[in-house]
Amino acid sequence: MDLVNLSGNLLYAAFILYLIATLFFGATIRDKRSTKSKKGISGNIAITITILGFLAQLGYFITRWMASGHAPLGNMFEFVTFLGMAMVLGFIIIYFMYRIGFLGLFALPLAMIIIAYASMFPTQLAPLVPTLNTSWLYIHVSTVAVGQGILFISFVAGLMYLIKKIDQKKRTKKNIGLELILYMIFLFVGFIVSTTTFSIMDYDATFEYQDGTQIIETEYRLPAIAAPNNGVLLTENVMEPWFEAPGWMQGADAGRKFNTVIWSVITGTILYGLTVLILRKRVGAALQPLLRGVKAELLDEIMYRAVTIGFPIFTLGGLIFASIWAQIAWGRFWGWDPKEVWALITWFFYAAFLHLRLSRGWHGEKSGWLAVIGFGIILFNLIVVNLVIAGLHSYA
Amino acid sequence: MNKIKCECGHINPEGTVLCEACGKPIEGNQHIDGNDKKLLLNMRYEGSARRSQTYRKSFVDKVWSFFSSVKVGVWLIVLALVASMIGTLFPQQQFIPPNAESRDPAVYYEAQFGMVGKIYYQLGFHEMYSSWWYLILLGLIGVSLVICSLDRFVPLYKALKIQKPRRHETFLNRQRFFSETEEVSKADIGQVKEKLRKQRYKVTEQNGHILAEKGRFSRWGPYVNHIGLIIILLAAILRSTPIMFTDEYVWVRDGETTVIPGTKGDYYVENKQFILDTHDPEDERFKDALEISGAVASNFQTDVVIYKATNNDVPGAKPELEPILTESIQMNKPAKFNGYTLYQSGYQPNEFSSMTFKIHETDDEDATAIDSFTINLFEPESEYILDNGFRAVIDQYYPDYYLDDDGIPASETNYPRNPAFVLAVYPPETSLPEVSFIGIGRNIDATGENEYKVAIQDFETHFVSGMTLRVDRTLIFFGLGAAIFMIGVIQGMYWQHRRVWIHPKNNGLLLAAHTNKNWFGLARDIEKAIEKTNIKMVEARQELDK
Repeated sequence: MDLVNLSGNLLYAAFILYLIATLFFGATIRDKRSTKSKKGISGNIAITITILGFLAQLGYFITRWMASGHAPLGNMFEFVTFLGMAMVLGFIIIYFMYRIGFLGLFALPLAMIIIAYASMFPTQLAPLVPTLNTSWLYIHVSTVAVGQGILFISFVAGLMYLIKKIDQKKRTKKNIGLELILYMIFLFVGFIVSTTTFSIMDYDATFEYQDGTQIIETEYRLPAIAAPNNGVLLTENVMEPWFEAPGWMQGADAGRKFNTVIWSVITGTILYGLTVLILRKRVGAALQPLLRGVKAELLDEIMYRAVTIGFPIFTLGGLIFASIWAQIAWGRFWGWDPKEVWALITWFFYAAFLHLRLSRGWHGEKSGWLAVIGFGIILFNLIVVNLVIAGLHSYA
Repeated sequence: MNKIKCECGHINPEGTVLCEACGKPIEGNQHIDGNDKKLLLNMRYEGSARRSQTYRKSFVDKVWSFFSSVKVGVWLIVLALVASMIGTLFPQQQFIPPNAESRDPAVYYEAQFGMVGKIYYQLGFHEMYSSWWYLILLGLIGVSLVICSLDRFVPLYKALKIQKPRRHETFLNRQRFFSETEEVSKADIGQVKEKLRKQRYKVTEQNGHILAEKGRFSRWGPYVNHIGLIIILLAAILRSTPIMFTDEYVWVRDGETTVIPGTKGDYYVENKQFILDTHDPEDERFKDALEISGAVASNFQTDVVIYKATNNDVPGAKPELEPILTESIQMNKPAKFNGYTLYQSGYQPNEFSSMTFKIHETDDEDATAIDSFTINLFEPESEYILDNGFRAVIDQYYPDYYLDDDGIPASETNYPRNPAFVLAVYPPETSLPEVSFIGIGRNIDATGENEYKVAIQDFETHFVSGMTLRVDRTLIFFGLGAAIFMIGVIQGMYWQHRRVWIHPKNNGLLLAAHTNKNWFGLARDIEKAIEKTNIKMVEARQELDK
């Protein structure tokens, strides 16, 4: 078996191991009557499997590095997969600080969604362009990912805090807000489901459209609901588009990406709808009882602590190492590129979060919302800025 | 100043909330830290007297307390955050894509984004990050950093220095971690002390009252990181001066030697050759990806020789060049000489070096050349006399031809990227020229009556390398600021200031503890210390906010 296949299989194994570990973490929370030692055992099994999964993923990383000759951090698939790995690492670190299994029940599935999301992007080994061909790629990108992975734990703890504490008895603004966050997670799943389905069917439709002064061809892997602006369908015997993407949408392949978003929303909404139908209540309300045995104070502490650990690492990787590299590559350490600006926005946001924790009235629930929003900014920078706002970091 | 004397005998400065020595809440000042409405004391600044909370009458006081408010600081951060976000809504002016129909911001934003784009442009958001109000916002954050830090650091430092092991009962029973044990033996207390010492607490005693403390230096973390940030902001101001920062761009074609702008004529660069390598499409590893993406560059490189002009002080003299550096400049590998740094930052493929034209009879379908001539596009001659008696005169030369807004031919740059000519051809023994306009993909007969036609027969091209010259003497300050910032955040976030107080009472004791973060860790420390003793574990009384 060659290295590339081995690498792919290791990633697959990691994914399965995370899934099994999640089930064991579930056992730590499910059975309230079970004795402390029993809980301890299933917790130990769960974290052991998590670490095995992490090692498998590390194996994926190393073998892929050996296969391509550069650290696999060069495109969207490679970076997002690494981010997923950093999230698991963040979880393992926090687990050993606080020894709380229930965190894994939420953190691991979310990390798995991120890893699955990554594999929706082209996974072939790709060569590096000259700008990326330096060891600063590894230093900058891996530090950022580890920082973000730890901040992700803050998001998980914040989300759990909100699920636990927000009143679900009657419909309120707060529980609708929480539901919206959970719904967005469904959209990710919707994206993964629709992309996987049509990729198995090998769907393909080609469009031609004008971008500025150039004529560009683009391939749709999902049936076109929205065609590119002023696009012409070239492939025969495929679904005709329903409408065109609006003209103000910028960047390469804006129409195709917009179409993907539409598909994610449709599929995600159907999945969410089915879930609510089966549960017969809000998803937040259905999750709430799971957290009955968890102390709110501990969740509050973890979400703050994760920020205090993740923030310096993020600053180091996302701003300082980034600036050093930019200075070496382009002769300017800061250029107000959208990606740079969003890293600064993330930094501003968590700085504000840390300062708000100094004042009374911002612990607990408000902190929970902030932790969730903060990670939303990180994801925005990863997905929207990379794929929609054109700039130096547009990989895919 | 109205000093306040506490019952423990310590004299506190005006505005103190908790006695610096014993921590007893000082009557009348409790509203300052919001202690009057809560059970737990606000320990953020040890209840020390802060100028901003004490003096609020004069104008200076008001400005001081405005900027020393964390709330104001957070608001400034949020404003900067929102402004930064808005700046990425549409591309900033320097990021308008090169293939846009018009790169003029006055046209681009409205054409691309409609009404919203027009408003965006009119509000100046297309140059957000150099707008005066964005810079003022960053400046205000700087002011807030300085004032906040001074306002808190000095009194906090004093309070922690003055603190005594013996604390007032009210101080202790209003801590988040607190317990009271009725009966405790001397041996137990001795054991707790020993265990705390083992956990690297510094234990001090005063008549049986015990203070165990560790990690106090972590309290200074925020002030250290703020110093780092202030250095960075000052460096940014310095950078806006030309002495500290130079930024120039130079195009050098293969084989050319030219003066480097921004070096006052002291340095020249010769482009030996520009190299553009691409990844091998047959490379087993990347075959699949390259098939989809097409060719991917693997290296941009300019082999250069840097020269120093030795007679630059002699006006008008031809420069005498002395080579000082031979280097291959690549991405991520700039050339450095005498404080200057030269970066590979662009290239122009297929710039024309020369063009060869032939003359043939207009009616000749085979276009057999009667004669031909070659124009060096960098040093065109005004007239070419040909062997067969033809004479070609260059009437107009547009190195980089385009039609300007009024439809008049013009040259966009001085580089022969899209050369075009108005040529006057004098057939043998005539004095009346035949005029034609020739460029790439263009060949226009001015009158439509020309007997002879001029056509492009051949051309030669070369690469042009684009290099950026930078001088940035502020880097050291940015680096220093960033390093201090990192030290500060790590100091403040990865260590915690933990204190445990033991207060003998009758036959028992009061146990209380405080940390600035990581209460979980502190609880574990205490558990370990009181293990196998009679002492009750502290009760955690956090007041979570709704």
